[in-house]
Amino acid sequence: MYHTGNLVKELAEKHGRKRESLMPILQDIVKKHNYLTDDAMVAVATELDISAAEVYGTASFYTFLDTEERGKNIIRVCKTITCSMKGKNDIVSTIEDILKIKVGETTPDKMFTLLETNCIGWCHKAPAILINDMPYTDLTPETVIDVIKGYMRK
Amino acid sequence: MENKGLTKVDLIFESIDVRKVMTKAFEMTSDEIIKEILDSGLKGRGGAGFPTGLKWKYTAAEKEPEKYIVCNADEGEPGTFKDREILDRAASKVYAGMAMAGKAMGSKKGFIYLRGEYRFLLPQLFVELHKFHKMIHEIGYDFNIEYRMGSGAYICGEESALFESIEGFRGEPRNKPPYPTVSGLFSKPTSINNVETLVTAVMIIDKGAKEYVKLGTKDSRGSKVFSISGDTPIPGIFELELGMTVQEFVNEFGDGDTKAVQVGGASGFCVPRKRFADTIIGFEGVPTGGSMKLFNSSRSMYNVLHNYLDFFAEESCGQCTPCRVGCQQLLKGVEKVKKGEAKSTYLTELVKLADTMKVASKCGLGQSVGNAFRSIVENFREEIIY
Repeated sequence: MYHTGNLVKELAEKHGRKRESLMPILQDIVKKHNYLTDDAMVAVATELDISAAEVYGTASFYTFLDTEERGKNIIRVCKTITCSMKGKNDIVSTIEDILKIKVGETTPDKMFTLLETNCIGWCHKAPAILINDMPYTDLTPETVIDVIKGYMRK
Repeated sequence: MENKGLTKVDLIFESIDVRKVMTKAFEMTSDEIIKEILDSGLKGRGGAGFPTGLKWKYTAAEKEPEKYIVCNADEGEPGTFKDREILDRAASKVYAGMAMAGKAMGSKKGFIYLRGEYRFLLPQLFVELHKFHKMIHEIGYDFNIEYRMGSGAYICGEESALFESIEGFRGEPRNKPPYPTVSGLFSKPTSINNVETLVTAVMIIDKGAKEYVKLGTKDSRGSKVFSISGDTPIPGIFELELGMTVQEFVNEFGDGDTKAVQVGGASGFCVPRKRFADTIIGFEGVPTGGSMKLFNSSRSMYNVLHNYLDFFAEESCGQCTPCRVGCQQLLKGVEKVKKGEAKSTYLTELVKLADTMKVASKCGLGQSVGNAFRSIVENFREEIIY
């Protein structure tokens, strides 16, 4: 859980209070806190003067606007056909081993969440993952360990 | 059958003097720009292949003072990654295409809807955009572009779902008509074009339609950027002249053991080896937004089909019943047949369901699930059953 504080008000000042401001506001909250709490969504609804159900209804439509608690680093492993053919399962099991969590779970220290996702547009350099906004491609079980360890040190 | 063979082309990534092309475009009238695009025979490069010139002509004809130019950069079709490369290497040409479209249609405002998966590109895209705004201001034209981000929803690549998303709603496709040219973003006349289409339009204005039509065939003019992946020794992005056969494509990109090529991504068509020689890649044969996936004989086409159906079941927006329930039932259906819980004749029923989805679904997503389904099931029936 996090406290939104003045964040929602600041984002409404930045993006406006119209309906089309909703996505940029939600995206910026997720950028900072990785997911949307009920409190955050209610605060957005109040700022935009729409119902909280409208905010939740919109947020829950989009895969990247998570409404469940997520870790500081969200790992999304591409599971679409080319990545799947080129060793995605090995990448997933390597990450599961190193973080000691399964797909869909978050580490107890809230540092990592492991998810699978649909095509992220790196089929020519499969298998590929996204960590937060950054893509990592041409992965092997060895190289993905280095990538994850890099985030552990941050 | 007009067959052009395989020829590599360099138009999209060719470095050009953007300022010079923009100056040329701004000296042309709206009608002159549209005529040039119409004469070029350019069809949309996102996959649907609607004639770009007509789209521009219809939007230009609307009397509404406020109109929008939208660049669809929500590249989500499995196996497509060329728009990312175009934005990465030729963003100024994308911006130029939008401003040119603005000139042709009488619009001063453009939006680029970029998929959330490509957010890492934003810092450099903003630098390029700042330079572009400055440049067109200097040559005395007023056109402003803003970015809007997606958040991981394949359906938002559908034009009306994309508008809904920019407007702050769930990305659920609208009923058509009205078409975007009449009532699009914020209910204003809107021309929405794919990234590559906009860049191609710039190159047509630069080189002239007469020169451009020398490339490609009667039904598929010009060249196209292909995203090539799967079982190939040289995966990547290649610009090729339209009009080659799948066989010629496989000769160049295959690994010597290609048994099928999925053309156009999960919503496209699967071409089996026996059809390579007589299938043209283009609007007269198998159309594609650029996604070309090669599969060799070590791959199970059941796994390929299952992967696609799993993708559609997740990405269906859930708004209309044929697509929402259809995708789930196709997925469950092939699983049942594979496990032997349903007879192989059940596949025929599933093909009928896919056909029903084609006519009854509201948007392109549900309407195209049957493309891959039918072409894989019909050509690799034994792999699905056993």
